[in-house]
Amino acid sequence: MSNTDARARRRARPPEVRRRRAISFSIGLVLLVGALSTAFPLLWMVAGSFKPQREAIDFPPTLLPQEPTLANYLRLFTELDFGRYLGNTVIVVLIGVFGLLFMAMAGYGFAKFRFRGKGALFFLVLATLMIPVQVTMIPTYLILNGMKLTNTLVGVALPTLVSGFGVFLFRQFMSTIPDEVLEAARVDGAGEVRTFFQIVLPMSKPILAVQAVLAFITGWNSFLWPLIVASDQKLYTLSVGLSLLNQQLAVDPALQMAAASVMVVPVLLVFVVFQRYVVQGFALSGLK
Amino acid sequence: MRRATLVPYLFVTPAMLLLLAFGVLPIGVAAVVSTTDMNISGLANWSNVEFIGIGNYVALAGDPDFWRALGNTGLFVAVGVPAIVILSLAVALLLERSGGRLARALRSFYFVPAVTGIVAISLVWGYLYNTQFGLFNYLLSLVGIGQVQWLSDPWLAKFSVALVAIWRGTGLNIIIFLAALQGIPREYREAAALDGAGEWRTTRSIVLPLLGFAIFFVTVTTTIAWLQFFDEPFVLTDGGPLGATTSMSIFLYKEGFRLNQFGYASAGSLVLFAIIAIITVVQLRLRRRDVEY
Repeated sequence: MSNTDARARRRARPPEVRRRRAISFSIGLVLLVGALSTAFPLLWMVAGSFKPQREAIDFPPTLLPQEPTLANYLRLFTELDFGRYLGNTVIVVLIGVFGLLFMAMAGYGFAKFRFRGKGALFFLVLATLMIPVQVTMIPTYLILNGMKLTNTLVGVALPTLVSGFGVFLFRQFMSTIPDEVLEAARVDGAGEVRTFFQIVLPMSKPILAVQAVLAFITGWNSFLWPLIVASDQKLYTLSVGLSLLNQQLAVDPALQMAAASVMVVPVLLVFVVFQRYVVQGFALSGLK
Repeated sequence: MRRATLVPYLFVTPAMLLLLAFGVLPIGVAAVVSTTDMNISGLANWSNVEFIGIGNYVALAGDPDFWRALGNTGLFVAVGVPAIVILSLAVALLLERSGGRLARALRSFYFVPAVTGIVAISLVWGYLYNTQFGLFNYLLSLVGIGQVQWLSDPWLAKFSVALVAIWRGTGLNIIIFLAALQGIPREYREAAALDGAGEWRTTRSIVLPLLGFAIFFVTVTTTIAWLQFFDEPFVLTDGGPLGATTSMSIFLYKEGFRLNQFGYASAGSLVLFAIIAIITVVQLRLRRRDVEY
C-alpha cells in the first residue's frame, strides 16, 4: 500500500511542480506589466520632452521622438524664467537644512535631558501631527503676513521647515545613544554644543540620512506654500512656475513635458541613488 | 538622562517655536477668525473686522457649493480608499510571493510615483488625458471608441483625477505593507504548509489576519489623505468642470485665497477638521472591537 502511495506521489509531483512554476511565471508577468504601466507616464514625459511641438500633438502619437530636439529645454531657460524658478527651488531646499538641524536639536533635547514642561511640550509636538493643513493654511498665511514674511523665500520654507514627525523620529533614534558616551565627552571637557555636533550628530547618521532625503523630496515638490506665499513671479518655485505653464500653454505639450522633466528627473535621480533611505523613511512613516 | 538648567531649552527652542507658530497657534487663530467676517479689507486694517458669532457656520450650512464639495469628497473617499488599500496590498503580496531579483528590480517602479511632484505629474497626465491628441484616446480609437472627455465630462472627470491620485498614492503603502510582511515569522507559513494549506489558503487565513494592523493603519491614513484631497483636481481641473471635482480642500482654498473670505474659509476648515477627527475616532473604535491575533 505504501508502494502505491509513493508511486501516486511521484506521479502527482510533476504536475504540482509545473503548476507552481506556472503560477510563479504569471505572477512575475503581472508584476512586470504593472511595473511598466506604473512607470509609463514618466517615460512618456521624458520622450515627449524631446519632441518638436508639432510631433507632440501628432495623431497617431509616436512613442519615441522621431526628430529629437533640445529646443523645449532651451525655451524654458531662455524665453521662460525657469532658471530663476530652479534657483528659488534650490534655495527653499537649502533652507530646509536648518529645519533638519532644528529637528535634530529638539530630538536630542527630548531624548537626553530631563526638564520642566518636557511632557507637555512633547505632547504638543505629537499634536501637530493630527492637524490638517487646510486648518492651518489661512491662519498661517495671516501669521506670515503679520511677520512681513509673505512674498519671501523664507516665508515659503518656514511653515513646513520643522515637522512634528521629524522631531519624533530623531528623539526615538537618539534615545538609543548610550548615556555613557555623552558623559565621557563631558568628562573630556567638551561643551554641550560640541557634544551635540561632534558626538550626537555623527552617531545619528542613519536617521539623518533618511530625514535629509525626505526633506529634499518634500521641499523640492512643495506646492501649496509657494503657491500661497509667493505672489511675486520672481519668487516662484518650479512647482508654481509649472502650474502657471499649465494654464498658459495648454497647446504646447512638448514644452510642458520638458518643464515637468526638469522638476521630476532630479527627484528620480535622488530616489535611484538613495532608494534605501527613501524606503526606510516611508516604512518609518508606518509608525506614525 | 541629564538634568541641566538652560541647555535642553536651548536645544528644543527653535523647533518648538516653529511648531507653535505654524502648528498650534493657527488652530486658535482659525477658531477666532471663523467667528468674524475677516476678508481682504480686514487684512489691511483690523478695525474692518467684525465679530459675527456663528454666522459663518450658518452660512456654510446654507451654501450649496459647500454641500457639493462635501459630496464630492465623500465620493473620492469611497472610490479612493478601497482602490489604494486593495491595490497596494495586492502588489505587496505579489512582490513578496515572487521574491528574488525580479521583484527587487520591479519594486522601484512601483515606488517611484510616490516621490514625484504633483504639478509636474498633472501636466503629464493632462497630456495623456487630452481629448484631441492624448494617448488614451488614441489607444481607444484603435478599438473603435470615439473621443472620451476625460477631464471635461463632469462625472468622468471625478474618476480621472482620482486615478492620478491612486497612481501616486500606492507606492508609499506598498512599502508599508512590505515592511509589515517582513515582520511575519517564516515559521507561521511553514507550519500552515505542513498542515497542507495551499498558498491561497495560507495567504487568506494566516497572512492577511496577521497584516490586520497594517491594513487598518493604511486605511486610516488613506482615508485622512482623501478627506484632504487637493493637489490632483487643483492642478488638473481646478475643481471643474462646473465644480464636479471641487473637493472640500479646493472649496476652502478658493473661498480663502481667491475670494479672500478668510473668516468663512476658516469656519469651513474647522468643519473639515471635525469631520476628519470624527471619522478617525469611529475607525479606531471599530478596530478595537476587532479580534486581536
